Amino acid sequence: MIEPIGTGEAVVFWVCAVLSVVGALGLIMSRRAVHSALWLALTMISLAVLYIANSAPFLGMVQIIVYTGAVMMLFLFVLMVVGVDASDSLVETIRGQRWAAIALGLGFGILLTLGIGNSLAGTGLIGLDGANSEYGGNVEGIARLLFADYLVAFEIVAALLIVAAVGALVLAHRERMSPRPTQRDLADQRIRNGMHPGNQAPPGVYARHNSVDTPALLPDGSIAEQSVPESLRVRGDMRPVDRAAVEETTELSEGQPALGPTTHPDADDPGSSPGEGR
Amino acid sequence: MNPENYIILAGVLFTIGSIGVLVRRNAIVVFMSIELMLNAANLAFVSFARINGNLDGQIVAFFVMVVAAAEVVVGLAIIVTVFRSRRSASIDEPNLLKY
Repeated sequence: MIEPIGTGEAVVFWVCAVLSVVGALGLIMSRRAVHSALWLALTMISLAVLYIANSAPFLGMVQIIVYTGAVMMLFLFVLMVVGVDASDSLVETIRGQRWAAIALGLGFGILLTLGIGNSLAGTGLIGLDGANSEYGGNVEGIARLLFADYLVAFEIVAALLIVAAVGALVLAHRERMSPRPTQRDLADQRIRNGMHPGNQAPPGVYARHNSVDTPALLPDGSIAEQSVPESLRVRGDMRPVDRAAVEETTELSEGQPALGPTTHPDADDPGSSPGEGR
Repeated sequence: MNPENYIILAGVLFTIGSIGVLVRRNAIVVFMSIELMLNAANLAFVSFARINGNLDGQIVAFFVMVVAAAEVVVGLAIIVTVFRSRRSASIDEPNLLKY
């Protein structure tokens, strides 16, 4: 039984053929690897449409899910790990290799195309309608073949996938050369380097406000510059210290009698909060 | 339109993929070109399955996809390992076996 190819399929073929060849050329001609990956995704989607046009809907879907979905994402992932701007070097290790490769490739392509065109010219098309309808559809037909005639190959391929997954884990595993530094080691190192051993003083310590622009006060009443975020310090947005309160505290610490509830005349200070100044 | 157009398209894509393997230096792009060649072979398998009215070609294409997925996983792991030790994804760099 010979079935002709309709006009609709011809249109689909020419659109997808042009798209896939453009994608393939983009793949080998883009300077950056990320662009190559995106061009390849275009080619793979066009090929999926061509599979479906070739009455292989199952393979078309697998092509989109496995290739454009999983494999291309894996490629992009590794590209991000390796570095997006890892572009090609233009140095030729073998002189003239580029042009020789292009010439050889073109010759191979012309030979292949002419050979196929010659040997297949005028071939009829039996079509898959018969084979597909034998078990009720394309997926059912493939399942029948896969789980009966090709069962051994299917099992071997399953083993191959597991071995590949384990192999990738082993290859990507990095052996630790030195023991992992413990918390104790990190603390010792911090003291040895002369860094500030504890937390930095947060803003507002020993001060009358707790907003971020209030500098912490050191025991002698001077300002701890580090306690205010650097962006505020650079802009000069540090809140001035309320000297009266500092002096009062100093008097208290030096044994002066308590002055009772302090009544500072800064009630219109925008930073004062309820409960303060009592 | 004749059914051999599909096969010719597969041949063209395979040729472009092989040129990519020969010309490019970035290991990942070389790898993508190999994927393109595998896809071109798959297109030929699917088209021949339809021309011959036989589903076996689609089964072979299915197996090619599975093997290609396994190959991508291992190959990319090798590329990442080489990149870790050499800080480069170029295929000209790993030439230590020469000396």
